[in-house]
Amino acid sequence: MSAMEAKARVTPARHTSLGLSDQDVLDMYYYIALARALDERMWVLQRAGKAMFVISGPGHEGCQVAAVWPMDRTRDWLVPFYRSIAACLVKGMSPTDLLLGLFARANDPSSGGRQMPGHYGHPGVKILSTSSPVGTQYPHAAGIAYAAKIRKTGEVTMTAIGEGGTSQGDVHEALNWAGVYKLPIIFVVENNAYAISVPLHKQVAGGSVAARATGYGFPGVVADGSDVLECYRVAKEAYDRAKRGDGPTLLEFKVPRLGSHSSDDQQERYRTKEEIEADRTRDPLRVFGAYLDGVGLLTEAKRTDVAARIKREIDEATDAADRAPSPDPASAARYVFFEKD
Amino acid sequence: MPELTYREALRTTLIEEMDRDRAVVLLGEDIGLYQGTFRVTADLLDRYGPTRVIDTPISELGFVGAAVGMAMLGLRPVVEVMTWNFALLALDQIVNNAAKVRYFSGGQVDVPLVMRGPNGAGVQLSAQHSQSLEALFGHFPGLYVVAPATPAEARGLLRTAIRGKDPVIFLENAALYGLKGEVPNGAFALPFGQAEVARAGRDVTIVAYSRMLHVALTAADRLAAEGIQAEVINLRSLRPLDIGTVAGSVARTHRAVVVQEQWRPYGAAAEIAASIYEQAFDELDAPVERVTGADAPMPYARNLELLAVPHEDDIVRAVKKTLYAS
Repeated sequence: MSAMEAKARVTPARHTSLGLSDQDVLDMYYYIALARALDERMWVLQRAGKAMFVISGPGHEGCQVAAVWPMDRTRDWLVPFYRSIAACLVKGMSPTDLLLGLFARANDPSSGGRQMPGHYGHPGVKILSTSSPVGTQYPHAAGIAYAAKIRKTGEVTMTAIGEGGTSQGDVHEALNWAGVYKLPIIFVVENNAYAISVPLHKQVAGGSVAARATGYGFPGVVADGSDVLECYRVAKEAYDRAKRGDGPTLLEFKVPRLGSHSSDDQQERYRTKEEIEADRTRDPLRVFGAYLDGVGLLTEAKRTDVAARIKREIDEATDAADRAPSPDPASAARYVFFEKD
Repeated sequence: MPELTYREALRTTLIEEMDRDRAVVLLGEDIGLYQGTFRVTADLLDRYGPTRVIDTPISELGFVGAAVGMAMLGLRPVVEVMTWNFALLALDQIVNNAAKVRYFSGGQVDVPLVMRGPNGAGVQLSAQHSQSLEALFGHFPGLYVVAPATPAEARGLLRTAIRGKDPVIFLENAALYGLKGEVPNGAFALPFGQAEVARAGRDVTIVAYSRMLHVALTAADRLAAEGIQAEVINLRSLRPLDIGTVAGSVARTHRAVVVQEQWRPYGAAAEIAASIYEQAFDELDAPVERVTGADAPMPYARNLELLAVPHEDDIVRAVKKTLYAS
C-alpha cells in the first residue's frame, strides 16, 4: 500500500464529504466523457460533410454536469445555450436526440430541422430551446421561474450563458427581475474568457461577472470549472437555496476553452499556441479522471469499459440519426400557426 | 476600372472614407482582431487602431445606442451588424432613436449613422440568421434603406451613406460577398433613390434588388431563349423608391413582375406593386405578379430551405402569367 492509498483510506474522499456516492462520481465522469466524445463526433461529421455546422463546448462539460447534478431531472427546468451538450445529456436528452438536430432530421426533438444545430430543446425533459442572439434566454428563464413561483410548483430553473453573452442588456434585465422577485433560479455563466475572438478584458468591465450579483441582491459565486466537485458543491448550495425560497444565485464557472467558437471559426487566428496548450492542462475530463484514479475508483479497466460503452452508444446514435428521414417537403409550411386537427 | 469583389469594394470604400475623414469610425462584434465575420474589415484594426475600429461587446442594443450618441456629436459611425437579424435586438435604438432624433430636434441634429451587414438568406443558417428585413426598416420615416446588388453599387452606395447626414440601413447579402465586378475608382458615388435598367426588353418588366437581381437576370436569359424579352430593373434603394424608373419601364412593356426573397405579406413587392398601380395603372395589360419566398420562418434543412426562396423558374412562370402564356 502506497502512502497515497493509505491516506485515501483514512481521510474521507472529497466526494464522500459532499454526499456523493462512488457511483455518483463515476456516473458524472461518464457524462463528461460522453459529452466530450459526442462533441468530437459532431466535429468529425461536420468535417466529413455530413453536417453544415457545429457549435459545442469542449472544456465546459465538467461544470455543466456538476451544475445539473443536484436538479430533479423530471421536475426542474433547463434553459441552455449552444454549448450545453453535457447539461442536456444529464437532463435527459440522448446522444441520438442531439445528432438528429445536427443532421436536421424530421424527428429532431429540438426543432424538426428548423433551427440550427446546438439550439437544444426538448419539452419532454423540460429543456427549452434558446435563440441565436445571446442573452435572450436569461429573461425567458426568469419568466419560467416566475411562473413556477406563483404557481408554487417547487420547480427550479437553471439557465446558462457564456461570459460574452452577459454584456447583453437582456441579462441585466433578467438578473434584476429575478432579484426583485426572489425567484427560484440559478444563473450559470460559463466563462471561457473568449466571445468568439473578443477576450474577457474587452467584454467584462471589472473582470468578474459574479461580482455583479451583489448589485442585484443575491450571491454571485466563482468556481474553477475544472474542479468538478467544487462546481457541484456551489451548485448544490444554489439549488438548495432556490428550493428553500431564498432566491437566485449566479454561478460563474471559469472554464478552459478547448475548441474554437464553432465550425466556422479557427481560434488559432487570435489565441497563442501557449495559451491554448495551457488550457488543455485544465481539461475537466483529465482533472476529474485523475481525481477518480487517485481515490482508486477509475482503474485502467474501468476507464476502458467506459470508453468502449461510450463509443458503442455514439456509433449507434450516429447510425440512427443518419438513417432518419429529412423533413417532409410537404411539411415545409407547417408549424407557423397553431394547427387544428 | 479594376475588378473587385463585393467584399473588397466595401472594404476599400471604408478605407477611402476613413482616410478622408477622421470622423468615420467603425463599431461591431469581431470586426477588429477577427476582421469581421465576412472579412469586410480585414486589416482595418492595424490601419486605424482600436479607437477607430471598435470591437464591441455582444450588445447590439448598447452599441447601436452608443453609435447614435457618437453621430449626434459629429462622428460618422459605421456599425457592422453580424447579420441584420441581430439588429432586431437594437430595434428600439434604430426606430425610436436614430430615425427620430432629427425630427424630435426640429431639424437641428444630424445622425450620420450607417448600419451595415448581411441581410437575407445564406446557406443553412436557419430562421434567425436568414431573414430579409428591408420591408421592416423601409416602413419607418427617418431611415434610408439601400440594398446593393453588385460590387460597384456596394462602393457607390456606401460612399453616399457615409457622407450623408441621416441614418442609413445598408443591406448587404452573404451570397454576394464573393461576387466580382468592375468598380469605378475615385470618388464614385451612387445617389439614393435611383434605379437602373439592368437589362433592356420590350415584353415585360421584372423589378428586383440585391441577390434577387441576379436570379431575375438569369430568368431573363431563359425567357430570351423562348423569344420573350424581359426588361430587368435593379432598384438599388428601397427607400426612397425610384418608382419613376419602374413606371417608365412598365409604360413600355405593359406588364410587371416584382421579385423579393422572402415573405409576401406586407413585403417590399406589395409596396412596389401598389406603386405601379398608382403610377401606371392605365399602362398595364395584366395584373402585376409578385414572386416571393415561402410564408414560414427559414428552415435549416437544405431541401426545405431551397423551397423557401424564389428561383428562376418562379420568375419565368410569373412572367408567362402576365403574358397569358403557359
